[in-house]
Amino acid sequence: MRKTLVIVGNGMAAARLCAELVAQAPHGYDIMVLGAEPDSAYNRVLLSSVLAGEIDEGALCLHPQDFYAAHHIKVQTSAKVVALDAEGHNITLEDGRTMAFDKLVLATGSQPLMPPLPGMGLQGVMAFRDLADTRRLQALATRAAEVMVIGGGLLGLEAAAGLVRRGARVRLLHLMDRLMERQLDRAGAAHLRRAMERRGIVVELGASTSGILGENRVEGVALADGRSFAAEAVVWAIGIKPEIAVARNAGLEIGRGIKVDDQMRTSHGDIYALGECAEHRAQVYGLVEPAYAQAVALASHLCGGDTSYEGSVLATHLKIAGVGIFSCGDVQGAPGTNSAVLEDAASGIYRKVVTDGDRLLGAVLVGDTDDAGFYRDLVVQGTPIGAFGADLVFGPQFFSAASQVAA
Amino acid sequence: MSLVGPVPGIRTTCAYCGVGCGVIARPDGRGGAAISGDSDHPANFGRLCVKGAALGETVGVGERVLHPLINGTRTTWSRALDAVARGFRETLQAHGPDSVSFYLSGQLLTEDYYVANKLIKGFMGSANCDTNSRLCMASTVAGQRRAFGADVVPASYEDIEAADLIILVGSNAAWCHPVLHQRMLAAQAGRGAKLINIDVRRTATSVDADLNLTLAPGTDSVLFSWLLVQICDSGGLDPDFVERHTTGLGEALAQARMIAPDLAHVVRATRLAAADITTFVAWFMAYPRTLTCFSQGVNQSAQGTDKVNAILNCHLASGRIGKPGSGPLSLTGQPNAMGGREVGGLSNQLAAHMGFVPDDIARVQRFWGAPQMARREGRKAVDMFDAVARGDIKALWILHTNPAVSMPRADFVRGSLGRLDHLVVSEAFAGVDGLLERAHVVLPASPWGEKDGTVTNSERRISRQRRFVEPQGEAKPDWWALSEVARRMGFAKAFAYQSAHEIFCEHAALSAFENNGSRAFDIGGLATLSRAAYDALAPVQWPLRAGESPQERMFAAGGFFTPDRRARLVAVDKPSLREPTTPRFPLILNTGRVRDHWHTMTRTGLSARLSTHIREPFVAVAPEDAAALGLRSGDYARLRSAQASAVLRVEITPQQPQGQVFAPIHWNDATAGQGRVSALMGAHVDPLSGQPESKAAPARLEKVDMRSYGFLTTRRHLPLPRWLVHARFAIAGGEGVMFACECPPADLYALIANYLPDSGQRATLRHEGAGRFRTLVTSRLGIETLLHIGPQRDEAALDLAIRHFATPEHDSALRRALLAGHAAEAVDDRGPVICVCNNVHAGTIREGIMAGARDLAAIGAACKAGTTCGSCRPEISVILAESAVLAPPMVPAEFSHQSS
Repeated sequence: MRKTLVIVGNGMAAARLCAELVAQAPHGYDIMVLGAEPDSAYNRVLLSSVLAGEIDEGALCLHPQDFYAAHHIKVQTSAKVVALDAEGHNITLEDGRTMAFDKLVLATGSQPLMPPLPGMGLQGVMAFRDLADTRRLQALATRAAEVMVIGGGLLGLEAAAGLVRRGARVRLLHLMDRLMERQLDRAGAAHLRRAMERRGIVVELGASTSGILGENRVEGVALADGRSFAAEAVVWAIGIKPEIAVARNAGLEIGRGIKVDDQMRTSHGDIYALGECAEHRAQVYGLVEPAYAQAVALASHLCGGDTSYEGSVLATHLKIAGVGIFSCGDVQGAPGTNSAVLEDAASGIYRKVVTDGDRLLGAVLVGDTDDAGFYRDLVVQGTPIGAFGADLVFGPQFFSAASQVAA
Repeated sequence: MSLVGPVPGIRTTCAYCGVGCGVIARPDGRGGAAISGDSDHPANFGRLCVKGAALGETVGVGERVLHPLINGTRTTWSRALDAVARGFRETLQAHGPDSVSFYLSGQLLTEDYYVANKLIKGFMGSANCDTNSRLCMASTVAGQRRAFGADVVPASYEDIEAADLIILVGSNAAWCHPVLHQRMLAAQAGRGAKLINIDVRRTATSVDADLNLTLAPGTDSVLFSWLLVQICDSGGLDPDFVERHTTGLGEALAQARMIAPDLAHVVRATRLAAADITTFVAWFMAYPRTLTCFSQGVNQSAQGTDKVNAILNCHLASGRIGKPGSGPLSLTGQPNAMGGREVGGLSNQLAAHMGFVPDDIARVQRFWGAPQMARREGRKAVDMFDAVARGDIKALWILHTNPAVSMPRADFVRGSLGRLDHLVVSEAFAGVDGLLERAHVVLPASPWGEKDGTVTNSERRISRQRRFVEPQGEAKPDWWALSEVARRMGFAKAFAYQSAHEIFCEHAALSAFENNGSRAFDIGGLATLSRAAYDALAPVQWPLRAGESPQERMFAAGGFFTPDRRARLVAVDKPSLREPTTPRFPLILNTGRVRDHWHTMTRTGLSARLSTHIREPFVAVAPEDAAALGLRSGDYARLRSAQASAVLRVEITPQQPQGQVFAPIHWNDATAGQGRVSALMGAHVDPLSGQPESKAAPARLEKVDMRSYGFLTTRRHLPLPRWLVHARFAIAGGEGVMFACECPPADLYALIANYLPDSGQRATLRHEGAGRFRTLVTSRLGIETLLHIGPQRDEAALDLAIRHFATPEHDSALRRALLAGHAAEAVDDRGPVICVCNNVHAGTIREGIMAGARDLAAIGAACKAGTTCGSCRPEISVILAESAVLAPPMVPAEFSHQSS
C-alpha cells in the first residue's frame, strides 16, 4: 500500500519538492499539498517584479495547471494547518479537519517581522510578503501615494523600487548606517544608495522608528530622534521570522527554525522541514536557492536516494531598481584577510573581493554583476585563486592567457 | 589647373646640432608646421635624423613665456626694457665694467649674438660675455687658434665622401650627428672608406666601425702622440709641408716621444691591444685621404685643448689637411656655436676673429664707434659663475640657455644666481628648471621657427634660419631686445637696427674691415647684400672675401693666420685625468647625450615620438661593476660625486668598460626628480680653453632599494616633489611620468593622490594586500589622469595607457582595462548574464533556441536558465520571441526520417 506524504505549505520550496519528487519517480507516495494562501503555488521572488509592473501575475505560476493532476498530487489551498501530533502521525487544519500521514514535510516558510510599536494597528500598516500585499501596494502606487518603506534590506529596497516605478512617492527608513549591511560593505552600500536616490527614493539611514502616527489611518511615522515624516502607508520590511508555531507545539526540536539534519529530517524521524522554516547546521536561509537545494536532497531521501544537503554559501544576486547586486561569502574582510576594491561610478561598477591566502572568501558586485557566477563558484568550490594573481577583481576576462592555462 | 597647390615651404635650418641640416617648414596655419628635409641643402641633401624629423611636433606646443615679467609679475615690454637698462647702468656706475656679464647660447642666431657682443664689449666695457659653447667647443677653438692662428675648421662635409679613412674621436656621431654619420656609412659602403671609432666606451657608433679603439679615459693624446711618433719615424711625414708651413715639430715630437716612448707603454696607458694600435697607425699611414672627426669626448676635458692639438699635430705633420678627403673636422654640438665664435661670443674673443690686442681693440672701436671698449679677456663660463657666487659679478643677462642645469656643479650655479643684484633672462619656454623664478626681469624670447637670421654649421657654412610661424604672445627676437636696452642706455645711434638683415651686413662688414687677408673670417662678399638677397641667401661657406669665391677647404698650401703664416705643432701635456678616482669615488662618471633628446629637453621633451626611445635618466654600468655592487638592470642607484648626487635607473651593458659609468645630461628638475647629472660634474677646466671636464668625474654608485613603482599619464602637467625619483616624458595628448620610491606603495599613493585633479569622474582600484593602487580620472575630453602604483614596475600597463591616452571614447571595458593595466584577454561574446542563479548568458540561451528549444521549459532543460528563482523568465521570453524568426523551422519527425 502506498504511503501518504503530506506537505504543509505551498510556496516555492514545496513546489520544487513536488517537481523533484516527480523527476526522481517512482517515489511511491500519495502526495497531498496543503497551502494556507488562497492562490496556487506562485513565485514569491517575482512579487517585486509584479509590483514594478515588469510582469503580470500570470507569470508567477510555478507549475502549469495540469502539473499536479498529471502527477496525481492533491493540492488544497486556503488550508491552514494549526496542529501536529507527531507520534500520532496526524495533523489538524484550521477548519477542524484532521489528516493522517506517513511522512510529513513542513514547508511553512516565514512571516514578516512586525515590531510592537504604537500605531501598528492603524489602517495602512502592512508588510510585503504575499500576493495580497502586492496588490494593495500596487493600488497605493497607482494613486501616487506617499509611502514609507521601513527596512533597507533586500525586500525593503525591492518594495521601494517597485513602488517608485509605479508612481508612489517613497521614503526608505533604515536603522543601520548603510543599506543591505549584511550583504554589502560600506562602499558597495554607498553605490547602491546613490543608485536608489537617482531613482527618486529618499533614503534615511540611522532612522529608528518609534511609532506610527495617525487616528485610524496612517498619517506619518515618528523617529526616535524626534523627527517625523508624513505617510499614507507604512510597509514593514525589516526581516522575516520562520513560521514554526506548529512544529514547536508538536515538540519538535527548535532553534531559530525547525532543526533538520543533512537529509532534512527533524527531531522526529517521519517529519521533515525545508525552506525558510528550517534550520540546518545552525543556518536559517531566507533565499530560494538553499530551499531548492534542500528540495533536491529531501526528494532523494524520500525516494531512497542518498543525496545530502550540506549547506549553502549565502549568495545574493538580484537586481533592485535596475541595479545589479551580488554578494557572496565574507564581504566585510576580517583582519588578516586581503581586499581588492574596484570602483568606477561612471561605468556603474563597484566590486570587492576578499581573499585569504589562496582562497576567495567573498565578493560584492554592485552595478555590473556579469561576473557573479564566476566569483560564486570560486567561493563555493574553494578553488585556489593563486593563478589569477592580483587581477582577480577585474574578472575572468582580465586574466592573462598564462594564468587561465594555469587555472 | 588645380585649386589647391602644394603648401609653400619655407627653407630654414634645423634647431639642433651643428650639422646644420636644411629643413623645409610648411606651416599648418594653426601655429604648427610640417617639417621635411631640404634636398638642396649641402649639409643633408634632404636627410633628417629622428630629432629633426620630429621638429614639427615641437612647434606651437609647450608652455611659453608669453609676456615680460618683473619680479614674477607681468609687465609691458617698455617697463621691462627700462628695468633691464637701469639695472645694468646702475651696476656699471656703482661697480664698474667687471661687475656685468652676459651668458649666451649656441641657440642664438648670429645677429642676436653680434648685438649682444657689441653691446657688452664695446659699450659696457666688459668682456664678461661667454656662451654655453664654452661647455661644448671651447677646446677646439683654443686648439685651432693655437695651431692655425685662427678658429678655422679646415675641412668640409664633402670630404666625408672623398675620404679613404674616417677617424671618429670622442664622438657618438650615430646618435649626436646622425646625418653626418649616415654620410660616413654611405662612404664606407660605397667608396669602401674605413671607419675607426676611438672612444672610452662602446656606443651606437661602434657598431659599424671597422676598428673600435676603446681606450682608457683621458688617454687620447697618448694614442695621437704615438701616431705622431710613428708618422715621423716610419716615413709618414710630409717634409715639404712641414718645412714650408709649420713650426714646432721638434718640440712636439720630443714631447710625443716622452708621452709615448714605445708600443708597450702605449698599450699600458691606453689599455688597447697592441695589434689594434698597430692597425690604427698602419691605416693612417696608408691613407693620405684621412679625415679625423672629433667632438665632445675630445673637447670636454681639462686637457681638451691639448687633445685637439695632438690630433692637429698628426694632420699637420703628415700634410693631411685642406685636401679632398683629408683634414681635421670638428663636429660642433650646437646649431650656431660657430656663428657665435664668428662674432666673438666667447669672452676670450673680441669680435670677427679679432682678439684683445691693441690693434684689434682699436680697429673694432673705430668700426663700432664704441665709447667704452673692453680691453682684456673676460671671464669664461665656470669662472663667471664663480664670480657671481662671490658677488664680483652683480648683473647678468642670460639668453636662451640654462646654466642652472647645464653647467658643471649645476646646483652651485643655481644657488649662485640668487646673489645677483640684477638677473635678466631671455627665455622662450616657461618650464625651464630653476631659472625664471630667480630672475628679476624675464623677457619673452622667440624660439626657433619664430626668429629670423643666420647660423653657421660645422663646415663654416652660413645658412638662413627663417621665421615660419608668428611669435606667440609678446615674444620678440633677441637682437631687438638687446638693441632696445642699448638705446635706453644711451647708445641709440649704434643700435638703430630695424632688421636682422642690417645687423648681418654690419657683421659682414666688420669681418672685412681692415682685413686684407689677415683674418680667416672674412665674409665681406656678403656685406652689401640687399634685403631681398639676404632673405634669399643660399647656404654659403666662409671665407667669402669681397669679389672672391667661397673656400671649401683651407690650408692645403699653408696660409695660416699666425703672424708668420705657419701652423704650430704643439708640445702637449702628459695626459692625465685632473681628478683621479679614489677609494671613496672609485668609478669614472662620463656624461653625454642620448639619441632622441637635446640639451635640457625644452624642445625635444615636447615630442611624444622622441620620448619613446629613452624615457628616463639612467646610468650605464659595466657588468663587472654591477655584479660587485649587487645591481641588476632596472634597479635604481644613487650616483654620487664630491659635488652632488642623483638617483638613476641602472642599465647594465657590456658596452660600458669596467670602472666607468655613463649618464645622460638631459634630465633636470623640470623633467625629472633627482636626475640633475650635470650637478655631479666638478668644475675642472682646461687652462687654455676654460672648458670644463664633463667626461670624467670620480663617482660611486649605491643601490637604492625601491619598494614602490608607478606611472602617471596626464593631460595637464602635474607638479611632483623634487625628492621623488621620477621622469617626465611627452605622450600623445599629454605627459607621462614614471616614478619609484623607497616607501611602501600605500604611502606613495597617498602622496601622489594629492596631486590628482579633484574634478572629473574617478575610477579606482585599491588592493592593499598586493600594494596596488590605481586611479583613473576622466572628463568629457577623455582621460585626464591615470595613476598606477604597485610593488613592481609595469611597463605593459604604461604602454596601454599611452596607447589609449588620446582616445576620447572610454567605455566601461577600456576603463577597466586601463585600471587592470592590460586589455581583456578573453573576449566574452556570450552577452549579458540573463539567469543570474545559474550564470547563463544570453548567447547560451540563443544557442539553446537554435538547437531547438522553443519554450521556457525546453530552455531550462537545455541550459538551466530560469530554473531557480525564475526572475529571468520574462527576459528569456523576450529572447525567445526575437530568436524565433532566426531559428530553423521545426521539422516533424516523420519528415526528417524521410528526408534523411
